[in-house]
Amino acid sequence: MKRWLPLVVFLVLVGFFAKGLFLNPREVPSPFIGKAAPAFTLPLVGNANASFSPADMKGKVWVLNVWAPWCVSCRQEHGVLMMLSSSQSVPIVGLNWKDKQREAEQLLAQHGSPYAAVPDDLTGKVGIDYGVTGTPETYLIDQAGIVRMKHVGPISPDVWKEKFEPKLKELGA
Amino acid sequence: MIPELGHFSLIVALLLALTQAILPLIGAQRGNLTLMAVARPAAQGQFVFVTIAFACLAYSFLTNDFSVENVASNSFSQLPEIYRLTATWGSHEGSLLLWVVILGFWTTAVSVFSRHLPDDMVARVLGVMGLISVGFIAFLLTTSNPFDRLLPAAMDGRDMNPLLQDWGMIIHPPMLYMGYVGFAVAFAFAIAALLSGRLDAAWARWSRPWTTVAWAFLTFGIMLGSWWAYRELGWGGWWFWDPTENASFMPWLAGTALIHSLAVTEKRGAFKAWTVLLALVAFSLSLLGTFLVRSGVLSSVHAFATDPARGAFILGFLVIVIGGSLALYAWRAPKMLSGGSFTWFSREALLLGNNVVLLAALGSVLLGTLYPLLIDALGMGKISVGPPYFNAVFVPLMAPALFLMGIGPLARWKGDSLPGMVVRLKWALVISVATGILLPLTLNGFNPWATFGFAISVWILLTVLIGFRERLKHGGRMGTLPRAFWGMQLAHLGMAVGVAGITLVANYQEERDVRMNVGDHTELAGYTFTFLGTTEHKGPNYRAARGTVEVSKNGKKLFVMHPEKRIYNASGMPMTEAAIDPDFFRDVYVALGEPLDEEARSWAVRVFHKPFINWLWFGAVMMVVGGFLAASDRRYRIAVKAAARSGAVAQGV
Repeated sequence: MKRWLPLVVFLVLVGFFAKGLFLNPREVPSPFIGKAAPAFTLPLVGNANASFSPADMKGKVWVLNVWAPWCVSCRQEHGVLMMLSSSQSVPIVGLNWKDKQREAEQLLAQHGSPYAAVPDDLTGKVGIDYGVTGTPETYLIDQAGIVRMKHVGPISPDVWKEKFEPKLKELGA
Repeated sequence: MIPELGHFSLIVALLLALTQAILPLIGAQRGNLTLMAVARPAAQGQFVFVTIAFACLAYSFLTNDFSVENVASNSFSQLPEIYRLTATWGSHEGSLLLWVVILGFWTTAVSVFSRHLPDDMVARVLGVMGLISVGFIAFLLTTSNPFDRLLPAAMDGRDMNPLLQDWGMIIHPPMLYMGYVGFAVAFAFAIAALLSGRLDAAWARWSRPWTTVAWAFLTFGIMLGSWWAYRELGWGGWWFWDPTENASFMPWLAGTALIHSLAVTEKRGAFKAWTVLLALVAFSLSLLGTFLVRSGVLSSVHAFATDPARGAFILGFLVIVIGGSLALYAWRAPKMLSGGSFTWFSREALLLGNNVVLLAALGSVLLGTLYPLLIDALGMGKISVGPPYFNAVFVPLMAPALFLMGIGPLARWKGDSLPGMVVRLKWALVISVATGILLPLTLNGFNPWATFGFAISVWILLTVLIGFRERLKHGGRMGTLPRAFWGMQLAHLGMAVGVAGITLVANYQEERDVRMNVGDHTELAGYTFTFLGTTEHKGPNYRAARGTVEVSKNGKKLFVMHPEKRIYNASGMPMTEAAIDPDFFRDVYVALGEPLDEEARSWAVRVFHKPFINWLWFGAVMMVVGGFLAASDRRYRIAVKAAARSGAVAQGV
């Protein structure tokens, strides 16, 4: 039976690979899950006199989407976010991360904005506080300001349906 | 128009590849010479059309056709022309197209240099290679079309990844793929032998020079990749055990085992099943590497844009190709009777030992590479496996192989005397152990790793010299020694040089991370580095802060170095461009980190002194040259002719 061994080993590996295809190696469990969302106060894109702080959202379930105008996969999820902002009631806040070329305002004017507010994290410091490893990343934050979930990578309709909606239902939003 | 022409050529190539795969294989099974004769023209036609497709893509890159999505994503109008050309294979789609072109090249080479092989063998080999072409061209056309249009066209491109804008990257991918894909030839020969049921030593003789050449290319490709990482990543490291590096290193280990095992099968008719299995494994690992890098199952600094559809396609393809070939192997294995008996101390036994050790090392790399995936798939959490694992496991596993490397070439086939060998090698053993123990004492005190590295390196050097002496004593003259012998000796010597380089740089390099203001000094390994500040510098597609560092020794000014910190215009990506002053015995390496104040007068500066680092590359180049020398040995040409005669007789009967 020795001669079948290479094939058997290979098939076991294939099983793992098939499973691995549906896992995201970049998705690292966030130590912030279940903890309070780090506080910050940042000016808004397009209106530097106004500011945004997570404390403003107290009492609401909301989504913090970290994006950047230079990020290609953020453009991919932009359409999905537009659809979500019109079809459901959870507010989406778009943290504009390290926008050194100052393109966010024009981009949102051109393609529409899915965001309830767009805080401007020019230095990327708030991103570091949240442990952002790359854009886009999305956090779900509950009424008490606790981070409940983190998603790495663009949001697709499936991701929203399978990951976000059950959690939202649980939180009663 | 040109991109559509490329797309069309690729479709024609797919049809030709299908023809090349199906008709000759049926013909070989039925003994139909007309169908078998289709193999050569179909293979050559397929190569012509994939080359046209590749040329069309290269043309789109060179002419900045940003209406092609692939060009818009991976090139830039300010990109220098040479990088616009290499950007052709800088993306997932383009590099796959290069893969296919190189497979076509190897296929055509086999079709030209196989005039003396039996017709059914040629038909089967080219047919199997055609099947592989079909898989990859279909993959390109269905999931990764490099000719997709972007409408409306982009105003400008998003630029090639700045890390790849280096001249080491110009030839690294083609060389690496020549190696990866070259193993397809050995694979196809092995499958052809399994299909025909003629599992004699002839197929080993035929595939041996092909395998050696592929191995030499792979060695060169890996070396270039390592050299690139050393110069371009700014950390002074040359090997990171990154999944993608491992993906190229595993086929190399399997290929190294294969060229040694082929020697035994060809000369002595032993290990037939084992050699066939290795030929299947070497190419399977090439394919596996392609899957790991492109499917996104492992995260790596190299990862191409990942897409589960692509991963699923390649996985399906792997199951067909690897699963199918291993099943064929299991089915045919009982027919492979090993010939040529040998004793436990013979060249055969030593080469078998070398094979076992190489495969164990390969297994350790495979396990380390896949372990994070296995744990994640079992839901046991997220982990990563890094250099400490690989260094702790791989290095001790390779040690016996390096030791056997000294003895194997000196042992006689069938059986040799162990006491006799001890007498022949006792001085080599004494000198290498003594060097290993004493040399570190003169440098930096006792160091077991250095002892081990020096001893192995000197051991290989001395046994290579003994090999020459014994050959000459038995009536040979330097000029009449066969190229295969020279090639082996040179490659083994290259290993000695490489091991010496690794030992020295790993144990005796010095580095320092310092904050430097204009005019500050720092000392390292007897050199004094003086930071003279940075100036603005404008490159073709980047802006840079160019530092000036003056290096002196004992108050005498030696040379000036210019490390750069670049910001690329299109992507905004920062890049560290290290300055290196190379020398036969050491490199001095300076990299700029980050500016530490607003006016950029104060910088984090990293300086390295790397003794003997260049010996690594010299050693690898010696292995490459050795491989080509061995493959060009005239006895293969004679052997091929002799085989043709016996083949003709067999068919006449």
